[in-house]
Amino acid sequence: MAYNPFTLEGKKILITGAAGGIGRATAVECAKLGATLILTDINEDGLNSTLAILEGDGHVCLTANLTSQEALDDLVAQLPMLDGFVSNAGVTKPTPVKFINKDDLERIMSINTFAPIYLTQRLCKKKKFNEGASIVFTVSVGGVFTTAPGNAMYGSSKGALQVFMKNVALEMAPKVRCNSVNPGMVNTNLAGRSYSDEDKERDMQTYPLRRYGEPKDVALAIVYLLSDASSWVTGHALIIDGGKTLY
Amino acid sequence: MELKDFIEKFAEQFDDTDISVFTPETVFHELEEYSSLIALSIIAMIDEEYGVIIVGNEMRSSVTIEDLFNIVRSKKEA
Ligand SMILES: NC(=O)c1ccc[n+]([C@@H]2O[C@H](COP(=O)([O-])OP(=O)(O)OC[C@H]3O[C@@H](n4cnc5c(N)ncnc54)[C@H](O)[C@@H]3O)[C@@H](O)[C@H]2O)c1
Repeated sequence: MAYNPFTLEGKKILITGAAGGIGRATAVECAKLGATLILTDINEDGLNSTLAILEGDGHVCLTANLTSQEALDDLVAQLPMLDGFVSNAGVTKPTPVKFINKDDLERIMSINTFAPIYLTQRLCKKKKFNEGASIVFTVSVGGVFTTAPGNAMYGSSKGALQVFMKNVALEMAPKVRCNSVNPGMVNTNLAGRSYSDEDKERDMQTYPLRRYGEPKDVALAIVYLLSDASSWVTGHALIIDGGKTLY
Repeated sequence: MELKDFIEKFAEQFDDTDISVFTPETVFHELEEYSSLIALSIIAMIDEEYGVIIVGNEMRSSVTIEDLFNIVRSKKEA
């Protein structure tokens, strides 16, 4: 076989938020590189659509609402030993500070921050990671490296997740590595239709590479962090943002 | 829902624009104080007060305050 330091051959990888967007693109790329996948999401139809386009055999889907403690226990109980874990499910709702309310804030924090923490906690406690395994959190540039109007709730949720990532990296070393990808704006359904086409066009011009990201741009960075090509990289936040944070 | 009431709540999202500026015919995108943050505030106000989700393109295509009011009303009735 041709030389490929990014191969995921023989690795079992869990991906959350795999029903669409970045999670689906990550599943597609990981499968192409030989991984066997366990996909999870709250959206069952979306998960099945992802499964249908994967190369290779042996992949499974487990539908779960990650904000439920019981669902997390059920999910972890069904998992094999893992070589990779991509914690990627997330939501947002652009809202100015003065309109923050308990329902929205608790929903965003539960999905973006608490669910990844509780799931990681369980995977560690149940010793689900093989030696040399890699954990990747989909964080964001937002909240960690940039601020934007209406981004307080989302940014707070991702800022907390970024700090959690570093603590996991420290505690799980040397057996398991842990890193994050930090994308700028990517073309997915995440932000819904809050911004007009005109606003988006204008915003794109603030990116030195003059476009928003595609899910695959982020997926391939996740592949790098999952693969043994990054075996001396841990606790790192990998920015993928078309140069946005250069300003 | 009342247009007058809607205009008052719309005007509340601004800090420096005089209340007398806000009428059904006001072309709000041209107000000096209008910004992406105020646009998000108006969207959040409409969600909170009327239970209606306005998308970016609807905000953009509304020329006057009354245009936006009409979109909110028709979505509320739908
Ligand atoms: N799109 C962007 O611009 C962007 C930028 C930076 C970071 N991100 C992050 O990337 C990640 C993936 O988002 P995306 O852009 O692909 O959006 P997306 O909406 O396509 O994917 C998010 C997935 O999370 C799932 N999900 C939501 N709540 C869940 C729950 N309670 N339990 C289980 N699954 C749940 C959704 O069903 C969806 O499939 C998110 O963490 C997001 O914050 C996205």
